[in-house]
Amino acid sequence: MATVSLTVNGQSVTADVDPRTLLVQFLRDNLRLTGTHVGCDTSQCGACVVHLNGEAVKSCTTLAVQADAGVVTTIEGLAQGGELHPMQAAFREHHGLQCGYCTPGMIMSAVDIVNRKGPDLDEQTIRAELEGNLCRCTGYHNIVKAVAAGAQAMAEAPLQQAAE
Amino acid sequence: MYAFDYHRPTSARQAADLASQFEDMKFLAGGHTLLPTMKMRLAGPTNLVDLGQIAELRGIERSGDTLSIGAMTKHAEVAHSADVRQAIPALAELAEVIGDPHVRNRGTMGGSVANNDPSADYPAACLALNATIVTDRREIAADDFFQGIFTTALDEGEIITRIAFPVPSQAAYAKFRNPASRYALVGVFVARFADGVRMAVTGAGSNGVFRMPEMEQALAQNFAPEALNGIAAPEDEMNSDIHADAAYRAHLVGVMTRRAVQAAASRS
Repeated sequence: MATVSLTVNGQSVTADVDPRTLLVQFLRDNLRLTGTHVGCDTSQCGACVVHLNGEAVKSCTTLAVQADAGVVTTIEGLAQGGELHPMQAAFREHHGLQCGYCTPGMIMSAVDIVNRKGPDLDEQTIRAELEGNLCRCTGYHNIVKAVAAGAQAMAEAPLQQAAE
Repeated sequence: MYAFDYHRPTSARQAADLASQFEDMKFLAGGHTLLPTMKMRLAGPTNLVDLGQIAELRGIERSGDTLSIGAMTKHAEVAHSADVRQAIPALAELAEVIGDPHVRNRGTMGGSVANNDPSADYPAACLALNATIVTDRREIAADDFFQGIFTTALDEGEIITRIAFPVPSQAAYAKFRNPASRYALVGVFVARFADGVRMAVTGAGSNGVFRMPEMEQALAQNFAPEALNGIAAPEDEMNSDIHADAAYRAHLVGVMTRRAVQAAASRS
């Protein structure tokens, strides 16, 4: 066993885990944060994307022990005080989902794109930056619209952005 | 994934000491090849030595005509580094088309080079730029380092610490990506130096990354796409699989080399 100490969505957690525990398993099975999904389990689909120390990573391809002493934000950590994060609200507003399976990863990637590239994102940039996230329902059109709108909304709500 | 014991040294020396104690061990760099391989149970090391907390293996330094990059530097760090962009922009551009953004936030240069996947991007850059692979024991020229598919000059327990790239006058990387895997179906890195031209091809060769001296000599005479007319990649040395047969890959080598030369030549 190995000891892992993390800050997840602002809360400190410590646990003894089998070293082969993936970060996504730790989040889902140990912490019951089931918003982070396992889609392909082969680093392709991006349903498992979380932020580790401020960077978007695939939690199915990261060991929990590799994240030791790190800061993790999952989809559950975005909403503040019962209010959806602007990116979550934009996905709802623009119907950026159908079955919803890829949505947590899409939103975590989208927030990361805005953190890196700012709020003014053209369609080409959004499509290129989402290449590590697969959606099998929508054809991406409404996801791209939602990301563009969510990015603008994040700029208008700086407090929520900083809260991450 | 099979069970293993996990170790997290904080210096290369500690990592080497740990490695020498275990018969069946693997170093863990970014983990974006090793962990999927372990999940598939194609690899099952009993000990994993994580290099992620070793500060001396990170960082990017420019010193004169050499750009030195720590083995644990992530693809995203290479892609966004002002030093890399200034010294060898082609290397930053290569890093920017590895995998996807999430992969680039975890995958490392040293991990990619040590693995020597026949479709990985960095081996082409190392070979074309005449890089030196620096380990905890010695310095290895790229020409001696890459020895065939998934095979390198590294000995058991030897750790890549840095990779030193001579800064070229002009360089470019042209990659034809497999749209599903993002690996190179064919990728060509071309580098022009004061004393000649080097190029290297990844993705195509049945024996891994390779140079084509005939193309290098022609480009040294005339650094332009038309210099390559009449020179073809040997079809019988190309990889052939469901994604592309050997003839197609051989053709693409010519196309991507011309594109790389064009892009490099247009750089001031």
